[in-house]
Amino acid sequence: MNEWMNGRMMNDKHLLFAYSHIRTFTIRYSPLAIRLLPLVFLAVFFFYPLLAIFRLSLAPQGHLDLAAPAKLVSTTYYARTLWFTTWQATVSTLLTVILAMPGAYIFARYRFPGKSLLQALTTVPFVMPTIVVAAAFNALLGPRSHLNLALMALFGLQRPPINLQHTIWIILLAHVFYNYTVVLRIVGGFWANLNPRLEEAARLLGADSWRAFWQVTLPLLAPALVAAALLVFIFCFTSFGVVLILGGPRFATLEVEIYRQTVHLFNLPLAATLSLAQITLTLAMTSVYTRLQARTARPLQLRPQQTTQRWPTTWRDRALVGGNVVFMVVLLLTPLLALAERSLWTGRGYALTNYSELFVNRRGSVFFVPPVEAVRNSLAFAALTVGLAVVLGVIGAYLLADRKSRLSRWLDPIFMLPLGTSAVTLGFGYIIALDRPPLNLRTSPLLIPIAHTLVAFPFVVRTVLPVLRGIHPHLRESASVLGASPARVWREIDLPIVSRALLVGAVFAFTISMGEFGATSLIARPQMPTMPIAIYRFLGQPGALNYGQALAMSTLLMLVCAVGFLSIERFRYGEVGEF
Amino acid sequence: MPILEIRHLTKSYGDERFPDDISFTVNEGEIVCLLGPSGCGKTTLLRIIAGLETADAGQVLFAGRDVRDVPVHHRNFGLMFQDYALFPHKNVFENVAFGLRMMHLPRTEVETRVREVLELVGLSGFEERDVNLLAGGEQQRVALARSLAPRPRLLMLDEPLGSLDRTLRERLMNELRAILKGVGVTAIYVTHDQEEAFTVADRVVIMNHGRKVQEGTPQDVYQNPATEFVARFLGLTNLLPGKVIGVGKGHAEVETEIGRLEISNLGIGNWELGVEATVLIRPEAAGVITESPLADDNAIVGTLVERSFRGGYYRLVIRHASGLHLSFTVQAISESLPPLGASICLSLRSEAISLLPRVQN
Repeated sequence: MNEWMNGRMMNDKHLLFAYSHIRTFTIRYSPLAIRLLPLVFLAVFFFYPLLAIFRLSLAPQGHLDLAAPAKLVSTTYYARTLWFTTWQATVSTLLTVILAMPGAYIFARYRFPGKSLLQALTTVPFVMPTIVVAAAFNALLGPRSHLNLALMALFGLQRPPINLQHTIWIILLAHVFYNYTVVLRIVGGFWANLNPRLEEAARLLGADSWRAFWQVTLPLLAPALVAAALLVFIFCFTSFGVVLILGGPRFATLEVEIYRQTVHLFNLPLAATLSLAQITLTLAMTSVYTRLQARTARPLQLRPQQTTQRWPTTWRDRALVGGNVVFMVVLLLTPLLALAERSLWTGRGYALTNYSELFVNRRGSVFFVPPVEAVRNSLAFAALTVGLAVVLGVIGAYLLADRKSRLSRWLDPIFMLPLGTSAVTLGFGYIIALDRPPLNLRTSPLLIPIAHTLVAFPFVVRTVLPVLRGIHPHLRESASVLGASPARVWREIDLPIVSRALLVGAVFAFTISMGEFGATSLIARPQMPTMPIAIYRFLGQPGALNYGQALAMSTLLMLVCAVGFLSIERFRYGEVGEF
Repeated sequence: MPILEIRHLTKSYGDERFPDDISFTVNEGEIVCLLGPSGCGKTTLLRIIAGLETADAGQVLFAGRDVRDVPVHHRNFGLMFQDYALFPHKNVFENVAFGLRMMHLPRTEVETRVREVLELVGLSGFEERDVNLLAGGEQQRVALARSLAPRPRLLMLDEPLGSLDRTLRERLMNELRAILKGVGVTAIYVTHDQEEAFTVADRVVIMNHGRKVQEGTPQDVYQNPATEFVARFLGLTNLLPGKVIGVGKGHAEVETEIGRLEISNLGIGNWELGVEATVLIRPEAAGVITESPLADDNAIVGTLVERSFRGGYYRLVIRHASGLHLSFTVQAISESLPPLGASICLSLRSEAISLLPRVQN
């Protein structure tokens, strides 16, 4: 899974429920240099590395040389990689849609106690870093999981009976785990607003409930369904951490192959060519998705949700709702709970040993420093990311807020471009572009927060922008007429109204930075690991202690992301469309 | 002595001009209403005066000085929007206190003045309320209080009752005038509602397509609409072409498709024999006559096609033999009215008929 797409659905919520935008204020009073900052940042840290990838792929020696692209077609290995990437994404998408549709239905049509809590909880997996998900599935179903240990003890087995490690099944399972909520939210949200009278009318005209569903409801749901499926497909197509860790050496998506060609084989021209293919494919899919999504935003006889939902009354209703709730809890929460539980297990009982080990500097451990250093590094990088992303994101949002300006129409897609590029590709671009003059940052610890900022920046823009556009110009004009100077208007009106969105954007940036794995895995210095990197290394090492520490650190990361996510939900509650 | 003087204000949008060469004045303490259909440039005019937009030509003079170079926040004008633009993140007190804080008044003074002005608009005790949870009429009062609190030298109100329902609007119209007059503030009031303008204003300026078409007291304008547009806009729809065939002192005679009409309200126009004009018959001009009409009765005969009881009066629509429909308000009792589809005879009072210049096409 490509980390920086993880938070993207939040962003889609803004787009999906886009509300009427009103002419806004431009930053007339700020000097040009400030306005140019986000553009300069993107140019240096996004377009320049991208250009380096193009150059390395098509002209590694300075003149046009198609040897690397030719290799893609001449050997079947890469065709097989592309084939695997595509079919696993297709199967994952189909499975996710089929499993999530009943859930979407009960969320759309029923009211039941604990619904909003369940809704928040179903989104938690989506915001988890891939490394945490990998560790969680390992803790639930891996050879050392309590499930396997219990079964072995029960039946006197020598080997763990559940052996999904390094099989396609665990990849598919993890993908369903990740993307269930995408279908649930997009399709369920759309379905909830669909007028149930339409289906009732079909029933009255003689259709049985299945025909009514196929002939009326499904065609109406189609745009939301296709948009959700395409989004899931994009996520699975660019899957990295899940395939790398859970799939093992037998499986490789394009992302994983780029990583291997770079880190293990050091075949940079080939990695560049794969990146180029990846960029092209994801951008094409993203643009199709954006277009589809604009269509789902069009109202289709939509109804407020209160009028379309009822309490389950018959035993069939109750079975349907109850069954799905149990399914969601089992699918989405047990891996995370297993992770926390297993991290406290010492072999003989429950204790905090795995946690306290994080503070010890052991000889022969993966690190030369206590593992807790990784926590410190992650926090420092995340703090820097928040600062950079908020400043650049706010300036960016102001640049886009004026819908009438031609500049904003140009900038909008440019600011969103980093979302359409994969994290591994970005990290790879940094390796080949920023390691030599004029810009040599290869040894600079700043490279990591810069990469994270690039990932987080579009989210901050997307969080702040709708609120900024939603500020009615009459508010600023009223303040002005009442005697407030332009600076005072900004302080009294813009700042307090935008501050909550800004806080949400900052938390986004923080959690993205804490969990980012794809780009970081390529650019992190060995002596300066972040938490996801440390977990990845622990998981790759033998020994119960390493495994325990991986789980302990994953649990910490899970908690940080869960708290971050829940606070986002809280701050954001009721904000969209309020002003 | 006018305190505000608008001179030839013009603003272009492509080929169109809204407003187009508008001039008028407002005296100290006077309420002037800009009345016109939506999209006629009234709001833009207000925004130019407030300093939120700039004119392409013309001047705004306040107390004899051009305010062109005075920024919005230094003009000390008040502006109340149709949507009120209450600050959603501030409560009632903070909203009303905003302008006073911008004046750097001491805290106690701010509190006193907020309390005073809230009392004035009838919202005492609402200080801590969330503005988002107030009813429409209450939000309107908060917006008014906020505009009045800094004691602006000029208060502009842009359709201030436009988003309220009809009953509330009628109640607030009178109250609004009482408050504005009580404070003695100089005010410009924009509306597209004729009744509202007549209730609130001392003087109205009627606009159409960016241009001023008439200016005067409500009575003046209603009695003597300057053009067909003004007549129709004020709800006067009995307009028909006519030719002047006799002119005397203060009266005239015109030939129309419904016959000869005697007119004794010549208004401002100067009418010569043979001139083509538009004849306006006010709805209250008619009385029902039962016996056969005399020759000089200004009488018309038609078919009664619509009859509705409106409380104090009846509204009748008759179709003349020429095909023309005319509508009237008539004080009558049911028994004196013929049934629908029957012939009816009306006599028109000559002082309720007037002449307007004919629009050249």
